[in-house]
Amino acid sequence: MDVATWSSYLASALRLAAPLLLAGLGVLFMSRSGILNIGMEGMMLIGALAGVVGASYSGNAWGGLATACLAGACLGALFGFLVITTGADQVIIGTAVNLLGLGLTTVFGRSLLGMGTETVKVDSFPIIRIPLLADIPLIGPALFEQNALTYMALLLVPAAGMLLYKANWGLAVRAVGENPLATDTLGVKVHRVRYACCLLGGVLAGAAGSALSLGILNQFTENMVAGRGFIALSAVIFGRWTPSGTMFASLLFGGAEAMQLRFHWVHVPYQFMLMLPYVLTMAALAWFSGRTKQPAATGIPYKSAANRNG
Amino acid sequence: MQGKPGKVALMVAWSVEAGFYVAAIAISLLAGALVMAAAGVTPWEAYELMWQGAAGGANSLKETLVKATPLLFAGLSYSFAYRCGLFNIGAEGQIYVGALTGTMAALLLPPMPFWVHLPLALLCSFLGGALWAGIAGALKIGRGASEIINTIMLNYIAIFLISYMVTGPLMDAAGSLPQTAKLPASAILPQLGGSRLHVGFFVAIGTAIVLYWLLERTTWGFQLRSAGLNRRAAEGMGMPVKRNLLLAMMVSGALAGLGGYVEIAGVQHRLMQNFSPGFGYDGIAVALLGNTHPLGNIVSALLFGGMRAGANSMQRVTGASTSLVYVIQAIMIIVMLVNKYWLGGFKKRIREALIRRVERSDSSSGSTQLNWNE
Amino acid sequence: MTHTKIREDTTSANAPILETRNLVKRFGSFMANDHLNLTIRTGEIHAILGENGAGKSTLMNMLAGLLEPDEGEISYRGKPVRFRSPRHAMEAGIGMVHQHFMLIPALTVAENVMIGLKNGRGPWFRHAKACADIRRLSESFGLDVDPSAKVGELSVGQQQRVEIVKTLYRGADFIILDEPTAVLTPPETEELFRVLRALREQGKTIVFISHKLNEVESLCDRVSVLRSGKLVASAPMKSTDAAELARLMVGRDIVPPAPRPVPAKSEPVLEVRELSLRRNNAALLQRVCLAVGEGEIVGIAGVDGNGQRELCEAIMGLSADSAMEGEIRIRGSVVPRPKPKTMTELGVGYIPEDRQQDGLVLPMSIGENLILKQFRSKRFNRLFTLKRSRIREAAEAAVREFKIKTPTADHPAGKLSGGNQQKVILARELMQRPKVLIAMQPTRGMDVGAAEYVHRRLLEERERGCGILLVSTELEEVFALSDRIAVIYKGRIAETVDRAEANVDTIGLRMAGL
Repeated sequence: MDVATWSSYLASALRLAAPLLLAGLGVLFMSRSGILNIGMEGMMLIGALAGVVGASYSGNAWGGLATACLAGACLGALFGFLVITTGADQVIIGTAVNLLGLGLTTVFGRSLLGMGTETVKVDSFPIIRIPLLADIPLIGPALFEQNALTYMALLLVPAAGMLLYKANWGLAVRAVGENPLATDTLGVKVHRVRYACCLLGGVLAGAAGSALSLGILNQFTENMVAGRGFIALSAVIFGRWTPSGTMFASLLFGGAEAMQLRFHWVHVPYQFMLMLPYVLTMAALAWFSGRTKQPAATGIPYKSAANRNG
Repeated sequence: MQGKPGKVALMVAWSVEAGFYVAAIAISLLAGALVMAAAGVTPWEAYELMWQGAAGGANSLKETLVKATPLLFAGLSYSFAYRCGLFNIGAEGQIYVGALTGTMAALLLPPMPFWVHLPLALLCSFLGGALWAGIAGALKIGRGASEIINTIMLNYIAIFLISYMVTGPLMDAAGSLPQTAKLPASAILPQLGGSRLHVGFFVAIGTAIVLYWLLERTTWGFQLRSAGLNRRAAEGMGMPVKRNLLLAMMVSGALAGLGGYVEIAGVQHRLMQNFSPGFGYDGIAVALLGNTHPLGNIVSALLFGGMRAGANSMQRVTGASTSLVYVIQAIMIIVMLVNKYWLGGFKKRIREALIRRVERSDSSSGSTQLNWNE
Repeated sequence: MTHTKIREDTTSANAPILETRNLVKRFGSFMANDHLNLTIRTGEIHAILGENGAGKSTLMNMLAGLLEPDEGEISYRGKPVRFRSPRHAMEAGIGMVHQHFMLIPALTVAENVMIGLKNGRGPWFRHAKACADIRRLSESFGLDVDPSAKVGELSVGQQQRVEIVKTLYRGADFIILDEPTAVLTPPETEELFRVLRALREQGKTIVFISHKLNEVESLCDRVSVLRSGKLVASAPMKSTDAAELARLMVGRDIVPPAPRPVPAKSEPVLEVRELSLRRNNAALLQRVCLAVGEGEIVGIAGVDGNGQRELCEAIMGLSADSAMEGEIRIRGSVVPRPKPKTMTELGVGYIPEDRQQDGLVLPMSIGENLILKQFRSKRFNRLFTLKRSRIREAAEAAVREFKIKTPTADHPAGKLSGGNQQKVILARELMQRPKVLIAMQPTRGMDVGAAEYVHRRLLEERERGCGILLVSTELEEVFALSDRIAVIYKGRIAETVDRAEANVDTIGLRMAGL
């Protein structure tokens, strides 16, 4: 193996990790506020389609990103309404959102972008080469010649860390996810915090979808997310519900995917590489048991003190 | 006279519930129509074509039954776990593993007569699904790990496992496609009169009835339901709750696994990648619409099967994607859940108003409504 | 001595800080608070005394904004107030330390205190600054807490201090503590009292909810007694004593029941020898000895939370998470490892304290609830199949016999009233013709008629020869039914006396630990 191959492997690992990371951060925020988002897959699909549609109408990738984020936010708001306000079962709502995402993107993907061979191709995110750093051998081209969204995803990790651990709002989020009643007695508006997390999760899901459609493939294809929404969920669990853990898990899972694409000489059938995120997550869940736990209020709808009277 | 107000209340409650149920389905179809219109398909025409394709003739009806079969198995799988207080989101993976173990039994066992081979293959698929779900069940009982997450993870592991098997060890030596060889005739579910309808549908209906009997009539089902509704009380009454939960999870997986092989042996006749377009997830919708009642599942599976069959003929004519069905299905789930979780207070008001009206007319006209009842 | 001095100065002179006028809270038809008129004065430690279910927590939850009153008025500092959420109460200066702590174990002390607050400008949370602030504040009240520690790693006593710091940090002048000593060891309780006295010296008003008389006596300036939702007394502590309070709590007028034939001495059907129970290093039961003879009712009197529940659950084999020592004998033979199933098979019936959580499967029908323990018997089961007609017959028979008010015999248990739910449990347990019956709070929350019916049935079972262990916090009930009476206090049972020799006053004093 020469340096160039390794370098290009690292680059593609990072590129493939970016959508996982963005989606993972979305799942993370929702998760920390006590909402289990199984619907990330569908949200990403809608983001991916909205990204391509937006990019083809506006003529550039940034317009696509904005459209994707907006669509994601709408979906996040819908998800929030269903699980927060109506208190419906989060698992079933998540499944419905997946179905909705798959159905809507397939139907509208065809009517908006055409079918089969005549798919619309759009401009992707520009690749930004960071001078000097990119000249470092091996890791230079891998880490510092990425598209803008990848950098953004990486920069969002410390930002998410700051928000969750260093801001008042982040403290409220973590508290709501652990014990909404206690947080309510301290004057935090539980539903408002959860809605904000759903919106944020939706926006990040949209961005993650567009990172796939505009950052990697430059087009929309049916069911293109192909399980990455669930890998993002795994990344959050494997990363023990922290931003940096989610990043490392995303990089690991992205690396496994790139390995499968790049190194055909590896004598492990590629399917086993693709299984890796799921197997590791299951092992991690069994291993964590009794120590790191998911936020205690996960999956439980909260009725505010005033509502409980009625 | 003692029991009468109760009966009236029960009747009113039941009819209000039924009314909202029908309204929910109507709203979902209406929302589906809006999506069709937005996608450039004439809704009226599309629905008519769907109806034609689902129930417009003997062949359409048979196609509906074919499509309903795997959905029913998946719905039963989710329902059974749910009634026992467990969330099995892993029917998809269990379907694949069941299909794999069934296919292996069909292909790898020495030749034997039909009446031994087919039941044996079905049994293997049953066990395969049970073991796959048992992993999540054991992790839940033993390590307290969420069965929701683990069943989801196992879905993808199963899909990749099958992908490996059909491109590797089990790949058809005669072809280059990622699929196994054709199943021997002794392991195939007979088809009826040369149509696509196979015996599997009746197996599914039979399974639903057996499941109903198991849950509602047997002592084991009684224990499972008790544990599902109030685990603490069930433990206090001396029931072996942990063991029951593991077994319930395994039965739930077994049902999905059986559905997987029935689909292979009835329709595909060979195992291939991605043969399930998400039957496992659709099962959740089927179960939800069927109120997680085994017999209710039959109705909702037929409804969704009909939509699938209808969507195919709609796609042939209008070119609109069959995925429209997913959209309608998703909207249906959402509307049903809103109906279930959010409109409780509203329904209660309607119920009370109706009961007041019934009672008023009762007292003024000398209980005309219920005279025939006494 | 300095404390006493301040105490005399403040109680006499100070103006009311909080008053309630005709405060009413209903849950369905149940009157949890019945026209309460309570006055609490600035700078006093005011005890609210009463049994479980007397309405203490309901009252406090209304003061703290967790519940809204149905009728009546609360005035705070002379102005009528209406708290729609805990936030509003907190803003007015009322803080509450709940019995079950409202803490988040995964976060640090400083984080727990700071949730929902700003410290400093901007959106940022400054952990170091918060720690410094909290340390300064807690030191000024003599509270020992480490702000940077994780709450989950603290002892229960320390966690309680964090709860107090939380209210103080938010500027509370009026602090409600709901059963604060229930979870504390004696030294921790002493420490808490020291802190509470320090708070009073700084002018804070404290409401102390308890049912432990000696604590109230040593700590509080004034005491109000609630019974069945009504305020039965409110007086300065100086003018009363523990014995009188005990009588006020459990009811003064106990009618001596009609004399019954004393059962002949027989072999005990249930015998508990030297039973000790520990959970997380807390001794819940200490060398408890008990014997219930055939056709005898042994009543366990005692204030709630003194080990009654643990005793019953230990006998029924429901405390698998605790370390148990001692011996349980049923009809003379030792039960090596009590389990719910074995106890049922040995003929032990059980009426649990929490009928909805432990006694019934609410969505199931009356019939199904009746067979929860007997579904395996030949009567209801043939080849693993339930005999539905038999179940229905049993349900109809139970509805008739126990006068269960229900529209149909297959109505879900959850839709019945509390009293009728209890009758379903009673029907199930009696259907097995138990040799031993353990009845915990068998009439709590029931109306007089239903309670009388339950009493009559228990006496009938006694006639039949069943040995009954009756646990009740209502002294009246214990006296009305029991042949012998024991008092449980802090997990110990001193001695069992015949009812004829028992005296309401002495039993009341024993319940108070005197």
